[in-house]
Amino acid sequence: MKVAFTLNGTVAEWEGVPVTRLAAALRDDLGCTGTKIGCDAGDCGACTVLLDGRQVCSCLVAMGQVEGRTVETVEGLALPEMLAALQASFLAHGAAQCGICTPGMLIAAEELVRRTVKPTRAEVEDFLGGVLCRCTGYSKIVDAVMAVTSPVREADPAAGEAVGARLSRVDGIAKVTGKDAFGADAIPADALWIRVVRSPHARARFTLGDLGPLRKRLAAVLTAADVPFNGFGIYPDIKDQPVLADGLVRYRGEAVVALVGARAEVPAIRDEDVPIVWTPEPPLLGIDAATAPDAPLVQADRPRNLLLEGGVKRGDADAAFADCAAVSEGVFETAFVEHAYIEPEAGWAERVGDRIEIHVTTQTPYMDRDEVANVMQLRPEAVRIVPTACGGGFGGKLDLSVQPLIGIAAWKLGRPVACVYTRPESMAASTKRHPARVTAKFGCDAQGKLVACDVRATFDTGAYASWGPTVANRVPVHAMGPYAVPNVRTWGEAFFTNGPPAGAFRGFGVPQAAIAHEAMMDELADATGIDRLEFRHRNALRVGDTTATGQVLAHSAGLAQCLDALRPAWHEAQEKAAAFNAAGGPHRRGVGVGCMWYGIGNTSMSNPSRMRVGLSPTGALTLYNGAVDIGQGSNTIMVQIAADAVGLPAAQFALVAGDTDLTTDAGKTSASRQTFVSGRAAEKAGQDLRQQILRLANAGPDARLSLEGAMLAVRDGTEVRTLDLATVGPLMGEGVFDPPTTPLDADGQGVPYATYAFAAQMAEVEVDIELGTVKVLRIVAAHDVGKAINPTLVEGQIQGGVAQGLGLALMEEYLPGRTENLHDYLIPTVGDVPAIECILIEDREPLGPSGAKGVGEPGLVPTAPAILGAVHHATGVRTYRVPLLPHRLREGIVQLKGKTP
Amino acid sequence: MGDYLRPRDLDEALQALTRPCTVLAGGTDFYPARVGRSVTEDVLDIAGIAALRGISETPTGWRLGATTTWSELVEAELPSLFDGLKQAGREVGGRQIQNAGTLAGNICNASPAADGVPPLLALDAEVEITSLAGNRSLALAAFITGVRKTALRPGELVTAIHVPRTQHAARAGFVKLGARRYLVISIAMASAVLEVADGKVAAARVAVGACSPVAQRLPALEAALIGMAFDKSLSNRVEATHLAPLSPIDDVRGSAAYRSEAVLTLLRRLLSGLVP
Ligand SMILES: Cc1cc2nc3c(=O)[nH]c(=O)nc-3n(C[C@H](O)[C@H](O)[C@H](O)COP(=O)(O)OP(=O)(O)OC[C@H]3O[C@@H](n4cnc5c(N)ncnc54)[C@H](O)[C@@H]3O)c2cc1C
Ligand code: FES
Ligand code: FES
Repeated sequence: MKVAFTLNGTVAEWEGVPVTRLAAALRDDLGCTGTKIGCDAGDCGACTVLLDGRQVCSCLVAMGQVEGRTVETVEGLALPEMLAALQASFLAHGAAQCGICTPGMLIAAEELVRRTVKPTRAEVEDFLGGVLCRCTGYSKIVDAVMAVTSPVREADPAAGEAVGARLSRVDGIAKVTGKDAFGADAIPADALWIRVVRSPHARARFTLGDLGPLRKRLAAVLTAADVPFNGFGIYPDIKDQPVLADGLVRYRGEAVVALVGARAEVPAIRDEDVPIVWTPEPPLLGIDAATAPDAPLVQADRPRNLLLEGGVKRGDADAAFADCAAVSEGVFETAFVEHAYIEPEAGWAERVGDRIEIHVTTQTPYMDRDEVANVMQLRPEAVRIVPTACGGGFGGKLDLSVQPLIGIAAWKLGRPVACVYTRPESMAASTKRHPARVTAKFGCDAQGKLVACDVRATFDTGAYASWGPTVANRVPVHAMGPYAVPNVRTWGEAFFTNGPPAGAFRGFGVPQAAIAHEAMMDELADATGIDRLEFRHRNALRVGDTTATGQVLAHSAGLAQCLDALRPAWHEAQEKAAAFNAAGGPHRRGVGVGCMWYGIGNTSMSNPSRMRVGLSPTGALTLYNGAVDIGQGSNTIMVQIAADAVGLPAAQFALVAGDTDLTTDAGKTSASRQTFVSGRAAEKAGQDLRQQILRLANAGPDARLSLEGAMLAVRDGTEVRTLDLATVGPLMGEGVFDPPTTPLDADGQGVPYATYAFAAQMAEVEVDIELGTVKVLRIVAAHDVGKAINPTLVEGQIQGGVAQGLGLALMEEYLPGRTENLHDYLIPTVGDVPAIECILIEDREPLGPSGAKGVGEPGLVPTAPAILGAVHHATGVRTYRVPLLPHRLREGIVQLKGKTP
Repeated sequence: MGDYLRPRDLDEALQALTRPCTVLAGGTDFYPARVGRSVTEDVLDIAGIAALRGISETPTGWRLGATTTWSELVEAELPSLFDGLKQAGREVGGRQIQNAGTLAGNICNASPAADGVPPLLALDAEVEITSLAGNRSLALAAFITGVRKTALRPGELVTAIHVPRTQHAARAGFVKLGARRYLVISIAMASAVLEVADGKVAAARVAVGACSPVAQRLPALEAALIGMAFDKSLSNRVEATHLAPLSPIDDVRGSAAYRSEAVLTLLRRLLSGLVP
């Protein structure tokens, strides 16, 4: 059928099957890849377009329904050569992080600003309520829409002034115009597509029948036999996850068979058409099942189903509890949590001679390269990873997804091969946050000084190791919280189950532990009659203190400053809550505080980064940056850091990012390490280039540089020397940084991290005590970041982390087979996340670039504890299991009423 | 690949329905049920039929065309009788869903959590069903027969929903309980229409959704309300025994016990909210 309609003001003609979704037609046939697909089910709003001026999900509109109508997409917003006011406002406010939700947000907002340019917050929420954003916490998006008529555009910072400036993202224009190419956006038209057939069982044996008939219909049908080395995993010595299962599946969603064929062909083959004979076995679900004495093994060579255990011991906790004035205990449980990045896993591969090139959305191109090489049994140099824009990762795109399958298929078939996960597939297949059971006991003296703590954190690591060891290692170091405790015993252990593989998720287990230690702080504060904030202040780790691993904090431990900064809001909020509650009624308000610390980078492991800054004979100044920007803004801050290190304006920098052929290994984007580690490497690379320039110009260290074309002027005092780069030849500065750490001994003693971020957050909530619902009214977040290289980006990280922490506390629970889509798995919408005020504390870390540490994960860690503390303050109910769904809270309220007549 | 028919008039649509095909209106239930697979069935797209769209007044009440969208309903000038249905419309999904999703689609999809159903039950709505053989009309309660089941027979299309005029001035409302704001399936919801005469409740219709396979009216509560003074004390009339028609279940959104208790709260708030 032919469909004629108006697309972004011009006549468009489309021909095809009329039941085709408008989203698919726009992206695949009409060149409008700015319209994104996050779910194909109306749940995420990434595909939002205007149809006759009204916002709709283009994934829910049939092309047959578009005839004669008007469609507007993000591509139609900008004026020629100029951003629309809304786009400019998004850019200036830092409203786009990864940018995958941005086109949908812009379009939804466009419908509103056409009606009113001075919308209220409530109107903004109503119009944006159908678009999910997992990165920003919505704060800056709401600000951007409300300020659409008065966009603030800061001038580009001058040479030497980039660090600390609110520079707009260097990749921001691509994000607000819909031009940024994500994993599914630039797939070659002639590519074959893969659809993966996955296990419907959590644990089963299976045999494959005759695949001959299917193989005749398709280009290829891949099974375990087609994978040269059928095991992958994060750790060099644990390659336990098969690319395609071999006769045995260990979790629901595990990949079994890959169908390779023409784009329309592979979805037409139903799972039922693939001859797999299943023999389901009773699955091991949850920690108790895995640790039962007679539990069958998930992995044959893993006795007790144990992945890893270990702990930290200092002083004598048992003896010390006896002398405590107050002791508090509790067992806290958390659920599987889904990353829910709005961009599902996607990519395509192509064989180029004897090499394989993989274009993929990823957080870790260099690990991908080595892992794909291992699976395909190629040399690492034979694999090129070209990261596409990444539509959110949060840890979930650190593990392989589509990479090995598209690689193997493209290698075999000699044609480009693509794979894009559907939303349910993404949710079923990918890693999750570890469910935890944290058993905590803390004691303090009569003055409220912590004396002892004993924490055991048990994790469900799912079917495969993934990042489980990282979680089990990191948590014992952090489980006492950011406090000075002389007698400590902590223990972390992770067990295999038939759940989805639990991997890396913003915080690596620390958010789960924080829920426990912060509840203990509240209880001890109450028991000793000390204000909850002051109790934490009294115990905060400070410079000069020794941590439980025996590390002396020499610099940059700003928790006390964070708490000082919160204090005015804390008192004001308590008074407001008391006044509100005095009026009675079914709503009660409460205020809570949560604290955290977070070691930056890998735990007691080398994690170097190497960066380069080049200056070409034509005067092109380029940062070769192997760190991937997954929305957090590393592209921008690396440029800011490098620019000041060289002494040239950030605006003169070009960026080459991520491509393993063109950059050097900067390590993975995880553990909040890129600002600190790669930032420092970028700083050194910039300094190296500057040294080379100064040497050539025979100039002193304070010389000022200016670059115009191929002419580089070096002004030293009154003397100016001009270098003609065409004759100087190419210059390349290089910097390497590996944060100094030491291994931990059997008692967990050593230096696990070179530096730590600290934070304290405060939450105000309103609880409907009759229904058990919680509305978060306000969050104030004080973070010690060492130095904010770009305050806008730092705030964005904090606000995004807070929103995820809110989800963790109140609504997110992944249940395999039951909440495998964004309809049933709830993440916060714009209506759930309150205004988030950020207070940046800059307690300089001398090792970091300009004193900076990391902030990627810390934003999330204190939020759930602060919210749950506020709920307790409002209702008296202590939360031992998250998410605190309305029915769970209501149950707690009823039980409490039973106890206190 | 199946056929795709987009008739402009009703007769053509009814003709098409003589063979099995799936009706497509706003698509907001149709497409989510088909993620990651090709659509192979024959599709009858009714969104282009002018006669099915829009709201009009009739001698006995109002006719809501089958493909009237939630947004069109919310923006229509209607008496306070429709306040509950409009409030439900504002709570369906987000704006994108309200701009596309239709009233008839909501009842034909027959989800236990369909937000349109309790207010339409409270409005005593009748479903207008048309086939080549002619028209028939069914009370909404008789139309939805189970989870995702309706009384529609092969060859039939829902062409409109009729809302009768009330005898007395009416107050109407809707309350929804969900675990987040926007885009949320109801844990429970309730809607009521009260007709008021001489300061007293002259007629009452109250319905609850997401607490039974099909949303239910609560006749005992309705009876208890009739004759009562139309004031804030109405909410005191709600009693647990009134919930007998409900059979809430445990699911990922809430426990059965919680639902039962929450519904009482919702009903009390709903009733007191109707009194200015
Ligand atoms: C993200 C999202 C959020 C949602 N939130 C809510 C919510 O909060 N509350 C809620 O109640 N619903 C919600 N829904 C469901 C849906 O939007 C509504 O049920 C909507 O009213 C359905 O209308 P439609 O026109 O889009 O239906 P369609 O998808 O077009 O059709 C739905 C079903 O009804 C049949 N049908 C449609 N019209 C007719 C007719 N005239 N005659 C016979 N059969 C017909 C179709 O064959 C199909 O089986 C949500 C959906 C999505 C995707
Ligand atoms: S892709 Fe359309 S709503 Fe998610
Ligand atoms: S910026 Fe919104 S999802 Fe990433």
